[in-house]
Amino acid sequence: MTRTRTRILTLFACAVLLLAGCSDGGDGADDGRITLRFQSLAWQDESVKANKELVRKWNATHPDVRVEYVQGSWDSVHDQLLTSFEGGEAPDIIHDASDDLADFAYGGYLADLTGLLPARLKSDIPQRSWETVTFGDGVYGVPFLQEPRVLIANATLLKKSGVRIPTPEHPWSWAEFRQVTKELSGDGRYGVAWPLKEPVSATLNLSLSTGGKLFHRGADGKVTVRFEEGDQVVPRTVHDQVNTDRSASPTTLGSGGSDTLPGFFAGKYAMVPLGFSYRQQIEQQAPEGFDWQVLPAPAGADGLAQGVSPQTLSVAEDSPHKKEAAAFVDFLLQPDNMVRLALGDWMLPTGEQALKDPALHTAERGWATGTALAAHLRPAPAQSVRGYAEWKDKVATPALQEYYSGAIGMDELRHRLEEDGNLVLARYQR
Amino acid sequence: MRTSTAARTGQYAALLAYLVFLAFPFLWLISIAFKPPRELASLHPTWIPKNPTLDNFRQAFDEQPLLHAGLNSLLAALGAAVIAVLIATPMAYVMARRRGRLAKAATGWVVVGQAFPFVLLIIPLFLVLKNLGLINSVPGLVMVYVVWSLPFALWMLAGYVRAVPRELEEAAAVDGAGRLRTLVSVTAPLLAPGIVATALFAFITAWNEFFFALVLLKTPEKQTLPVILTHFIGAEGVADLGPLAAAAFLATLPSLVVFALIQRRITGGMLAGAVKS
Repeated sequence: MTRTRTRILTLFACAVLLLAGCSDGGDGADDGRITLRFQSLAWQDESVKANKELVRKWNATHPDVRVEYVQGSWDSVHDQLLTSFEGGEAPDIIHDASDDLADFAYGGYLADLTGLLPARLKSDIPQRSWETVTFGDGVYGVPFLQEPRVLIANATLLKKSGVRIPTPEHPWSWAEFRQVTKELSGDGRYGVAWPLKEPVSATLNLSLSTGGKLFHRGADGKVTVRFEEGDQVVPRTVHDQVNTDRSASPTTLGSGGSDTLPGFFAGKYAMVPLGFSYRQQIEQQAPEGFDWQVLPAPAGADGLAQGVSPQTLSVAEDSPHKKEAAAFVDFLLQPDNMVRLALGDWMLPTGEQALKDPALHTAERGWATGTALAAHLRPAPAQSVRGYAEWKDKVATPALQEYYSGAIGMDELRHRLEEDGNLVLARYQR
Repeated sequence: MRTSTAARTGQYAALLAYLVFLAFPFLWLISIAFKPPRELASLHPTWIPKNPTLDNFRQAFDEQPLLHAGLNSLLAALGAAVIAVLIATPMAYVMARRRGRLAKAATGWVVVGQAFPFVLLIIPLFLVLKNLGLINSVPGLVMVYVVWSLPFALWMLAGYVRAVPRELEEAAAVDGAGRLRTLVSVTAPLLAPGIVATALFAFITAWNEFFFALVLLKTPEKQTLPVILTHFIGAEGVADLGPLAAAAFLATLPSLVVFALIQRRITGGMLAGAVKS
């Protein structure tokens, strides 16, 4: 019996040792070369190719600092990074979105890039973009791609209706937009389809155009929610289009952007407010001969302003080669390279030099319209509000969904966003 | 007789409805996998693609290392299934046959072990594996899958062991067989369907697992199919639907094949002819 037990223990020990022997056991860079891991979230074919090509180019010209391309996923990046940070195994260079960085920055997982980035890159990206990655006194990422929300319109229906076609110089006001959607409705067609499965960021970001702030920081640094007149214009417009004018489809309120495209292609909706990068899907999926165009989102008292959370590149605090990692980020974001990345993702670069590239100013596929909006983009209102995620999920999302569907009125919406919302935020600011 | 026919018809109708319910997502997945982008965005989708294409498969293979990921998944799932069964079989035997305090405590622990959420386990697990040098390795993932599937495997197998009549083992003992001989020659063959079912459970669980693989595997060469599939999904849930469906369709095939190959072993009469009536 004892012999049997000993045999089992020996077998188990051998299995563990065997498994340990099978592992790769780390980077193994004993030739003096530095290896940096770059986790990219690029996912569209052209974008992945552009990223890989740039990594190849870097590796060809920097024999002592090799970059290894690692594919990440938007769907799970937060959990995956959090675990990697906790385990001290995070990639050196991290691709993410600015609204995901606050927790990591405050948690001490990301390196402060203030002294690591070259002056060229600092001055090329406007201050308003740097604000999206500035937490406390530190800069924890480089914002490099962003996208405004635009109106993608069925050009044939628009021309036929005879409505004024808006441009970035002469956009529709929100009131005009409501009127236009009424005119475009009828015969089983809606003027607009709002895909508001995630209503909070869309509402907040567009509300910047009407002077909406929602989050107000007091002298003591604490943030409170105040749902004022400027915050109400966009929600009221959507609510009235759906419930009063019947010029917006009620069924798409619970849908994502992609879900509205079949109806859009079938002429069921004349316009769909979508992120700028959705043009890639439209280009790929639109039926032969379908004529579409990009229009700026409506403007309010503050013009075409709207909030964005740019895509970012950060460096892990645990990386032993921060300087080299920052140098790679600088290389990746050289103006020409930034243009390639932007074209690959159908988004806008943040860099002023890249934005001047002629490829981004062509009328084809709405590039010029989008590029004209770049100067109006601001940090998303909730960027640095602690407790925002809980406020969004528990308070704002259900409240806005109920308001848009007509289940509650504006007073109840205000009450819930403010009263319930401030209780949530207070817990994070004690 | 009439009632019996009606009841039987009802049963078949319910079974058919259930099969349709189960098959619908898979058939729809196949349909999407062969549709060109323009048909995917049609307001009136059809079951049969009007212009079937293999472009989605081509694109899926071009963009992601599907074959490599499939091999990793296969290694992880097979490894987990074999090791889990090897460990669980003797343990389940003891749990089922010995009714002492220790066996009861072990049973309790198995139940409690099922209640821990992944997110609670993942960071300590990550640190342990890191110290063992098993991060970013398929063997490391196999270890996790074995530990993860072991409680349920034990639970399953213990049930099968209890179903084997003690009289058979007692008869073997009377004939002079030792405990190990009895286990190997008498009990194990009768447990075969249970062992196969348990292995299948461990295989499919590991084959489909996403979260541990996502966190523990860092480089594309080591990643498994469920992780690679997420690479077809972009920001805000926008998906490259055609290639995603093509890759997902391919990813479901191995588990279906494994199941088809061994399902007879599971459904076959477990103790047919074992005891004389």
